[in-house]
Amino acid sequence: MTRFSEIGIVSPVSRRVDRSKGNEDNMDMKELIRTVDLTKIYPSGEQPITALRDVNLVFTPGEFAGLVGPSGSGKTTLLNIVGSLDTPTSGSVEVLGGKIEKLSHKKAAELRNRHIGFIFQTFNLLPVYTVYENVEFPLLLLGMKAAARRKAVRDALAWVGLADREKSRPAQLSGGQSQRVAIARAVVKKPDLVLDDEPTANLDAENSHHILETMKAINRDLGTTFLFSTHDDKVIRHLRRKITLIDGRVAADETKTA
Amino acid sequence: MIIPKLAFRNLIGNGTKTWLNALVLSFSFVAIIWGQSLFEGMDKEMSKVTIDQEAGGGQYWAGAFDPFDPMTIDDAPKTIPAELAVETSSGRAAPILIVSGTIYPKGRMVPALLKGVDPDQAVLKLPFDRLRGAAGDIPGLIGARMAKNTGLSKGDTVTVRWRDASGTFDAADIEIVEIFQTQVQTVDVGQIWIPLKALQGMTGRTGKATIVTMPAGTAPRTYPEWSFQGHDVLLKDIKNFVQAKSVGFSIFYLTLMAMALLAIFNTQILSIWHRRREIGTLIALGMPRGRVIRLFTLEGTMLSLLAAAVGAVYGLPLLIYMAKHGWVLPAGQADSFGLALNQALYPAYSAGLVIVTILIVLAATTVVSFLPTRKIVTLKPTDALKGKWS
Repeated sequence: MTRFSEIGIVSPVSRRVDRSKGNEDNMDMKELIRTVDLTKIYPSGEQPITALRDVNLVFTPGEFAGLVGPSGSGKTTLLNIVGSLDTPTSGSVEVLGGKIEKLSHKKAAELRNRHIGFIFQTFNLLPVYTVYENVEFPLLLLGMKAAARRKAVRDALAWVGLADREKSRPAQLSGGQSQRVAIARAVVKKPDLVLDDEPTANLDAENSHHILETMKAINRDLGTTFLFSTHDDKVIRHLRRKITLIDGRVAADETKTA
Repeated sequence: MIIPKLAFRNLIGNGTKTWLNALVLSFSFVAIIWGQSLFEGMDKEMSKVTIDQEAGGGQYWAGAFDPFDPMTIDDAPKTIPAELAVETSSGRAAPILIVSGTIYPKGRMVPALLKGVDPDQAVLKLPFDRLRGAAGDIPGLIGARMAKNTGLSKGDTVTVRWRDASGTFDAADIEIVEIFQTQVQTVDVGQIWIPLKALQGMTGRTGKATIVTMPAGTAPRTYPEWSFQGHDVLLKDIKNFVQAKSVGFSIFYLTLMAMALLAIFNTQILSIWHRRREIGTLIALGMPRGRVIRLFTLEGTMLSLLAAAVGAVYGLPLLIYMAKHGWVLPAGQADSFGLALNQALYPAYSAGLVIVTILIVLAATTVVSFLPTRKIVTLKPTDALKGKWS
């Protein structure tokens, strides 16, 4: 697999420093995400469901962290809120200095488009597009020029070891290959943050291992922050920071020492 | 430009489903263009032949003449105004004297209009020159329908009875010198054409006429006791007929189009339902909802453009064939309409008709494609990503 430093990728951390010159947010740039008393309640008949209760967390650039816990503990909800796909019921979430709860649909879309990559359990590749087109898609949304786009897509496919499958369609790929395309799509725009919702849940042990190694390499070489939602031990073993959620509360927050 | 590119990719990527929808929608294009052009062709053909053989560039009607009121016929004839007489004497206008009478073909009594026309007139395109200079009996000209109804043939002599200007009955024999073919039933059925001067002499109406048919481009003028009738009056029946038929046909093609639009609507709803995970993914990847809506709407609009292209593939040869060979009506059906309908109907295509049809279908498809996409606004991306419908 190609090392990212070999193909001239600049770390998103250094890019963030450049961007801060014109950034109007006043959040400490060492903090990528900050949640303050984050609570999420889903209305559900007479008995509303509390998915998150007073969650207070801070994530810094370059982390390889995971939210772990049983089903229904609020992992995916937290990931969705951080990814601006959902909003908190109360409390506050800041991502790259912007308050998620105050973002309009358009601004939230812009945040996701420019700064956040998503990797889903079910891959969520666009079925009528080829591998190349799927990876190219976020760059099209960014309005990147064709030549730069071509280079970025080819680089991303090289990172995940799928340079020879760019003309294939998702239906022609195995689960592991599909997830690698999803990773390429998530990192092709060199986002500050990649959110992974159970990325290995549909993969066998060997593919899970490859996927995790790929993500670790991207994290190491590009400095991209990865935030996982998982209850897969194979993933948990690789995490440098593990946040355990139980019934929507942070039960433990452990950082692995080198 | 990203939305059109993506819409095109999605459309083509949907494969057979897209082509089947395009094929169904293309029927609407072809049917509307064919149907409308057929009525345009009918209108043009009937108007042209009626102008050539009856209406000319307009007519002056004498006194209270009303072709639909037989009681006005015998009292209507007036002296041709001097200014019009100059035109009629040079053949640039066609004076016609109409008198009601009776003919007796083969022992039967048949009411008929005797129409006196100047054989040298150059306005109406009927073989009136055959009435010129015939010797013996008064020469007469009848149409094929009149010949069929009366059993008269070329060369036959038929007795005609009429009342002159003072109300006295008189009779004479007329020799049928020609039987002409025409689509215009109102110059054929129930009438017999003879030289104007002969009829004026027979009825004591020298210098008088009931109608003066003018050439094309005539500017209406005012003469005492004469009124000018333009194409709005003379071709009114044709316009009404075409409009009535066109409305009837509209119901057919509107039904066809409604079916096609329903198919698109249904496809869009199903598409949004089936693709909700994809919608969630698009939103997660940073596509604003407005652009997702535009994408889905444009896919529907592009479908109608594709349908136009598909329609052109099989429709163009069909429409060209129809323009060349016409649509032949069953024997005798053309006459049953009572208008100047040809046995074969030739469609008349115009760029305007094609463009307007495409624009109408395009607009309808866009609206129908847009309506289901409004659901996307209310769709929660977190549910959509899981394939749920919120």
